[in-house]
This record gives sequence, C-alpha cells and structure tokens, in this order.
Amino acid sequence: MVEMWNGFIWPGVVIVAGIVALLVPLLLAVAYLTYVERKVIGAMQIRKGPNVVGPFGLLQPIADALKLMTKETIIPSGANKVLFIMAPMLTFVLALVAWAVMPVNEGWVIADLNVGILYLFAISSLGVYGIIMAGWASNSRYAFLGALRSAAQMVSYEVSMGFVIITVLVCVGSLRLTDIVLAQRDLWFFIPLFPMFVIFFISTLAETNRSPFDLPEAEAELVAGYNVEYSAMTFALFFLGEYAAMILMCAMTTILFLGGWLPPFDIAPFNWIPGPFWFAGKVAALLFVYLWVRATFPRYRYDQLMRLGWKVFLPLSLGAVAFYSGVLVAFDWVPK
Amino acid sequence: MSFLDRAARTLLLVELIKGMSVTLRYFFTRKATINYPYEKGPLGPRFRGEHALRRYANGEERCIACKLCEAVCPALAITIEAEPREDGSRRTTRYDIDMTKCIYCGFCQEACPVDAIVEGPNFEYATETHEELLYDKEKLLANGDRWEAAIAANLTADAPYR
Repeated sequence: MVEMWNGFIWPGVVIVAGIVALLVPLLLAVAYLTYVERKVIGAMQIRKGPNVVGPFGLLQPIADALKLMTKETIIPSGANKVLFIMAPMLTFVLALVAWAVMPVNEGWVIADLNVGILYLFAISSLGVYGIIMAGWASNSRYAFLGALRSAAQMVSYEVSMGFVIITVLVCVGSLRLTDIVLAQRDLWFFIPLFPMFVIFFISTLAETNRSPFDLPEAEAELVAGYNVEYSAMTFALFFLGEYAAMILMCAMTTILFLGGWLPPFDIAPFNWIPGPFWFAGKVAALLFVYLWVRATFPRYRYDQLMRLGWKVFLPLSLGAVAFYSGVLVAFDWVPK
Repeated sequence: MSFLDRAARTLLLVELIKGMSVTLRYFFTRKATINYPYEKGPLGPRFRGEHALRRYANGEERCIACKLCEAVCPALAITIEAEPREDGSRRTTRYDIDMTKCIYCGFCQEACPVDAIVEGPNFEYATETHEELLYDKEKLLANGDRWEAAIAANLTADAPYR
C-alpha cells in the first residue's frame, strides 16, 4: 500500500497539481491577451479599446467567452463531422501540451525532458494539422485555400526556425530547456546571436499566423480563412489555440534568447524578484511586440512571404549556423 | 556604395523600426475616442436629422399645404392631403413622412417657403419597429414643439449663408 502510494498516487497528484498550476494562469493569460490586444491596437490607432464591461473593460474576455459558449455550433451539411469537430480541439490541445516541458523557474517544469527543445519544435509543427483538418473538413473553398496557405507558410518558416535553434544548441551543447537557460547565466543569447534572435522572432510571427503573415485568415480575400465555417465554441477553441500558440512561441523565444527566468544581472534589486515573474515579464514584453507589429505593418503578399522564407531567412540562418559553429570551433569555445 | 547602403538598410530593418516608432508614438498620444452616450461630438447648424413641423409664435402651424416638399422629395417619402379649414385658410389634413424611405437630403426644408418642415438636430430616434418610424402630422408637430428652440437657433445661425 505504501509502495503504491509512493510509487503512483503521490507522483500522480503532484503532476496533476503541476498541470493545474501551469494551465490556469496560462488560460487566464490567453483570455486576457485578447483583451490586451484590443487595448494596445486601439491605443496605437488613437482609440480607447474596450472600456464598457467592468472597470477599464476588464471583464470583456469573460463576456466574450459567455457569448461564445451560449451560441449555437453550426456544422455545415457538407462537412466531415468528426474531423470538423476534432480540428479545433486538436489545435487547442497541441497549443497547451507543448507547455509540459516549459521551465518557468529552475526545476519548475512538469516534464524535464532531455530533448525538450525537439519536443517543443515537434508539437508546434503539429499545430498545422489542426488547420489543415479544419480547412479540409469544412468542405468550403475559402477554408480550404486558407488551410493550404497556412500549411505552406508554416512548413517554410519551420526550416529557418530549425536552423536558428541549431545555432543556439551548438552554443549550449544540450537539448534540455533548463540547460539552455542556465547556459545564459553570464550572457543572454540575444546579444551574441542578435541576427538569429530577429530571424527567430519574425519566423515565430509567421509560424503563429500573426500579422503581417496572417495570410491564412486574410479577411480581405479569404473572409476568415480556415475557420470560416466555425462558430461558437469550436471557433473559440481555434481562437484560444492561436493565442496560446502565440504565448508558447514567446516563451520559446524567451528560453532560447532572453535567459528564461534569469534576471538581467545577478545583483541585489534584480534577484529579489522570483524567476517566474522574470519569465512572465519577458513573455509579456515579446507579446507586446507581437501586438505592436500587428498595429504597424500591412499584410505580406503571398509570393513575398515565400521569398522571405526561402530566399532570405533560409540562406541567412544556414550561413549563421556555419558561422557560429566555425567561431566556436576556431576559438575552442565548443561546450563540453 | 548605394548597394551597400541599401543592403545595410534592409538588414538593419531601418524602415521597419521607423514604422514601429510611429505607432509607438501614437500609443502614448491622447485618444480621440468620444465616450458616446455620455459625450457627444459637435453638430453644425446645417445638420440634417429628424424632421419637425414648426409653428408660429402664436401657435398657428406654419405649413400651408403647398406640397412643394412632397413634389421635390426624391425618395417619395412625404405624403400630404389638404383641405380648406373653416376659417378658409389652406391647411394639411394629413402630413406623413416615412422615415425609413427618407434619405435626409434636406430638399424638403429647402423647398419650404415658410420654413415649416425642417430637419432638426436630433439623430437619436431609433425604434424597435418599422411602424414607429412612419411619422404622421401629430408626431411631426410634437417634434417641432420639442425642438423649436434648437431649430430656431440653427436657422438664425445659418441665415447669413443662405
């Protein structure tokens, strides 16, 4: 009995508690990201944004969620019902599952995989399946076109993202996310690897289908892209999945380049603040840049998007892998 | 040299950073939003809103049933019927405006020789049914009584430019 308790039940309780402790703030963050997005973009367009529901409109996400929950889920008669319902769930689940390996502080991680970064990369790449399934199962031209665009776009930018991750990995010598953060103790990687940081950030914008790379849901030409046929909670799951993916990508950028939970300097006023706050603060700053970019730039044309991915980012990141590896070998800085 | 210049500009994302600095500046500027039901924007004296039939100061209605407004109305929104009154003066027995047909062009008030039909400053008269927007003479006269002060002020303000 004691063995059973120590071997299965107690670890299970710890894991479930860890999942709840991670997911509840994450889902709250997702809900309030939609609010912050409207506020920030509003402010940049000299508007006030939502300010009616609750003080400063702070209850707006709750009102939106209630509205979406009480609406009717419409399933088009020509749709493949099973896939149609599965697609938003898949998108949402994949956006959350990736958080299993995300360390928010030293040791604060649900599963400390020694191939954490590969797991993250694999899960974020799987996100495209939700979109393809949605586009195909809807049996609608707009949805299908949006899904095709999205698939092509995500595949293109994953290549350069992969190379950027390799440059970070050759500097760290480990695939474990905790090790990647700890390797930045003295110097956050965005300083020596600044060009890679920029390429990675822009690629994550494309990967999460954010403006200026929001071609899959280009309102002007595709109505809403892959989620045209979705309504109520199925739509809400896509929406939440997209925003959770945004937060995930920002967290990934934080881990790879901005030193995760580490304070900028390990001296008095900075190291008083606990690690998770530094982590959340860095993610929030990156998310602000996401919104800022959306308020600033017009959408790319499709061929420009492909040109940027294949003819600019791919050669640049490939060259950078060779360059940084060369530097590490030449100065004998290769991590042991 | 120009090639180098261009390459440096592209690689350092100069234009992108310029664009983003503009949006960041606007992020901190005063917002132009008017908090509508509590704050309202200014209206010019020529604003063409809800219609009203006016009266003279002694309470006599101005409209003499010349039907110029009915004739000029491009949307055919106005319907007038008239008969001589007991004292022999010509007055309308029916004056209807279908507010859902009206295009708010203001031709009726331009055509009116006695400034009887006018478009007042009121624009908040949304209703829940179509029927409520089929205005009759009674409703229009009531509007005239209600908005007389504002309408008269607007007419005087606009008079020098007519």
